[in-house]
Amino acid sequence: MFIGKVIGRVWATQKTPSLTGKRLLLVNRLNGSPPSETSDITLAVCDKIDAGIGDTVLVMDEGGSARSILNLKNAPIRTVIVAICDSVSIGNQNFYVSGTERDQK
Amino acid sequence: MKPALVIGRVVASVKDPSLKGVKLLLLRCIRWSGETLNDYLIAADSVGAGAGEKVFYVEARDASIAVHTNPPIDAAIIGIIDGVDFEE
Amino acid sequence: MKFGLVIGNVVATQKDSGVSNRKLLLIQPLDDAFKPSGGYLVAVDAVGAGESEIILFASGSSARQTELTKDTPCDCVIMAIVDQVECNGKIVFNKSDGLPSI
Repeated sequence: MFIGKVIGRVWATQKTPSLTGKRLLLVNRLNGSPPSETSDITLAVCDKIDAGIGDTVLVMDEGGSARSILNLKNAPIRTVIVAICDSVSIGNQNFYVSGTERDQK
Repeated sequence: MKPALVIGRVVASVKDPSLKGVKLLLLRCIRWSGETLNDYLIAADSVGAGAGEKVFYVEARDASIAVHTNPPIDAAIIGIIDGVDFEE
Repeated sequence: MKFGLVIGNVVATQKDSGVSNRKLLLIQPLDDAFKPSGGYLVAVDAVGAGESEIILFASGSSARQTELTKDTPCDCVIMAIVDQVECNGKIVFNKSDGLPSI
């Protein structure tokens, strides 16, 4: 899994049947310690938990686990958002990673 | 899933039997902003994409699930991009 | 998948039982202009490719999806021999015309 920031959405009408009805979000993988620096890697991922733009999320990046989370046996999907991160701690230091729109509301 | 631009196709008559009837497209890697990158790849098409279209593809073992014969492919197109909305 | 050029054979008598009875080829990965790109690879041949042929190879666990490589130790497989490549409406490679100048 990796920590990323939701930066956008993708729309696609013509897509593999198992993606029907799934929201596709663009997530930028965060680097650094604590993970907070944007990177070159931006992936389209399925959203399972209604994350929104600006959220810091936990992304599952492995096919078998992604399929079991989505309850799909034969889906060509390998990345899915599994959680919205509230904070990350390293050692006994607590880092607040998300300054998300959701938190500001 | 990563974005790419369809720039051509690859024809092969001698191939693994599970690849029979599978369309192989030549893709140029791009950023979500549309900017083209130097890299390329060849992916199986599972959605009916054509030249000039922006698509997204899945990599690794999960690609072979996109085609029902589960061929030995490490990239498969699984959607055609209609629109992208993002801030960097 | 990427394009590759078959540049040689690999012979090994003593090997894991999972990789016995198969042809191992040395391939040079190519970019989309058919120029060499990156270091060579050793791949299992699932289609009967020969030297100086342009092929497609798949890597990672997808390489174990052929009849020949199923459940065996294999991370790179040649799964097609390229006949023709069309790019931006132009035929950029045709097997019968021979190799592009590499």
